[in-house]
Amino acid sequence: MITMQDVCKTYKVSKRDAGFSSAFKALFHKEYELIHALDGVSFTIRDGEMVGYIGPNGAGKSSTIKILSGILTPEEGTCLIDGLTPWKNRIEHVKNIGVVFGQRTQLWWDVPVLDSFELLKEIYRIDAHAYRRNLEQLTDMLGLSGLLQTPTRQLSLGQRMRCEIAASLLHDPKILFLDEPTIGLDAVSKLAVRDFILRLNAEKKTTVILTTHDMQDIEALTSRIILIGRGHILLDGNLTDIKEGFASTDEGLASFYQSHNL
Amino acid sequence: MKKYISFFRLRFSMELQYRAAALAGVATQFFWGAMEILMFRAFYRTNPGAFPMTLQATCAYVWLQQAFLALFVTWVLENEIFDSILNGNIAYELCRPVNIYNMWFSRNLAMRISGAVLRCIPILLFAAFLPAPYGLMAPAGLTNFFLFFLTLLLGVGVTVAFCMLVYMLCFFTISPMGLRIVTVSMVEFLSGGIIPLPFLPDGVKQIIELLPFASMQNVPLRIYSGDLTGGGTLRALLLQVFWLCILVAAGKILDALAMKKVTVQGG
Repeated sequence: MITMQDVCKTYKVSKRDAGFSSAFKALFHKEYELIHALDGVSFTIRDGEMVGYIGPNGAGKSSTIKILSGILTPEEGTCLIDGLTPWKNRIEHVKNIGVVFGQRTQLWWDVPVLDSFELLKEIYRIDAHAYRRNLEQLTDMLGLSGLLQTPTRQLSLGQRMRCEIAASLLHDPKILFLDEPTIGLDAVSKLAVRDFILRLNAEKKTTVILTTHDMQDIEALTSRIILIGRGHILLDGNLTDIKEGFASTDEGLASFYQSHNL
Repeated sequence: MKKYISFFRLRFSMELQYRAAALAGVATQFFWGAMEILMFRAFYRTNPGAFPMTLQATCAYVWLQQAFLALFVTWVLENEIFDSILNGNIAYELCRPVNIYNMWFSRNLAMRISGAVLRCIPILLFAAFLPAPYGLMAPAGLTNFFLFFLTLLLGVGVTVAFCMLVYMLCFFTISPMGLRIVTVSMVEFLSGGIIPLPFLPDGVKQIIELLPFASMQNVPLRIYSGDLTGGGTLRALLLQVFWLCILVAAGKILDALAMKKVTVQGG
C-alpha cells in the first residue's frame, strides 16, 4: 500500500541571460528561480495494482518516482509505503522495491551481465536458492539466454533494457517502479517488455508504477492512470476519461494538456 | 560484510580482463623506477653524506613505491563514481540497501588492492634481483616486515578515506574537475610521492609529517627501508590510526549531509 499526502518538492535553479555581460553580473549576484516540481501531490495505490503515471515533460513524474524510491527528500508532506517513509528508512525500504530508470544503467559496463547480477545477489543478500530460481524465471520470461555472458557495453539498447529489468527484480521486490522503461526501444523489444510486465503483475502480484510518454504502453498495461501537470495531480482515473471522443489516446491527451495550458 | 567483499571479486575479474593495461602499467613503473634511481645515483655520487637516507634505503623506497603504486596514488580515482554523481546514475546506487559511504569505501579499497596485487609481483621480483644498492633488499627482520605490512594497510585506509572526501564533496560542487586537480597535485607532493619526505628541509618537514598525507605511503615505505625505526615507528603508526579515524568521521558527516540535500541531475 502506497500513500502520498500533500507532497511538495522545490528545486532551486540558477538563471541568467546569454552573453558576457550577464555572465559577469552573475559572478557577483546569482539569480535563482524556485521550481515547484511537486506542489501538493496526494494519491493512494493498493497492493498488486498497476498504475500509469503520466504527464508532459517536466511535470514531476521522475521527481515522484525518486521520492517514492527514497532518493529525494521532499520539503513537505508524508509518504508511507508499507508502513515506511522512504527517505527516512531508506535502507529498510529499498529492500522491498525494484526500480528501472529507462535512461540510466545499473549494470557494470565492462563485465558480463552475470557479474553485475552476482553483485546484486550479495548486496540484497538473496539466498542462493531464490537467486537461482529467480534468475531462471527471468531468463526465460525476458529471453536473456545468451545475453548474460556478454559484457554490458556490447549489448544493444533493447537487450540491455531487458537485462536492466531483470536486475531490478532479482530480489523479488513487492513494488516495481518503471521510469520510461520502453524509451528508445524497437517494436519487438517494446512488446516483449510489455508482455513481461503483464505477466509479472499477474503471476507475482507485484505492484507496478510506470511512467512513460508512450500511450500504447499505458493502453496495453494499465487501467488506472494518474495524470500530473506542473506539480499537481490533474486526473486520477481511467484511460477512457481521456480517450473519450477522440480518435486516439495521443490526441485525447494532447487536447487534455492544451485545455490545462500545459 | 559479504556484500562488501563481493566488490573485490568484481574488481578483480575486471583487472584480469584488462591484461594489456596491467602489462603497460608494469612496464611504465619499471622505467619510472629505473630513471628515478639513476637520478638519485647521480646526486649521491657528488656527496653521499648530504642525504638523509642511504642510497640503498632510497632505492628500496622507490621500488616499493612503484610496485604498490595502485595502492597510494590519488590520481587513481574511480571515474564511475564521479560520472554517476554528474549524470545522475547515482539514483541507482541510492536504491540499494547499503550505506553509500561504506559501499564506495569498499569499492575503492577493492579497486586499489586488486590493481596492486597483480602488478606488484613482477616489479618486486625484478627489484629483488638487482645488485645492491640499486635493488630491493630483504626486510630487516620479521618484526620489521610485520610493521611494514600493518602500516601498509593503514596507509591504504588513510588514502581511501581521503579520496572519499573528494567523492563526497562532489555532491556539493557541480563539477569534480577543480577539486581533483588541486587535491591530486597537493597530495602527490605532501605524501612523499615525488621525493621521500625526509628530503624536505627541516622545519617544513616536521609540520608535513603531522599531516594526514604523511600517513599514507610515507610510513610503510620508510619502515621497510629501515629509515623509520623505534619510537618514530610507533609515533607514525599512532598518527595513521588517528588520521584514519578523523578522515572516516569527516567522510561520514559529509555523507549524512549529502544524503539530505542530494538532487539527481538530468531528469
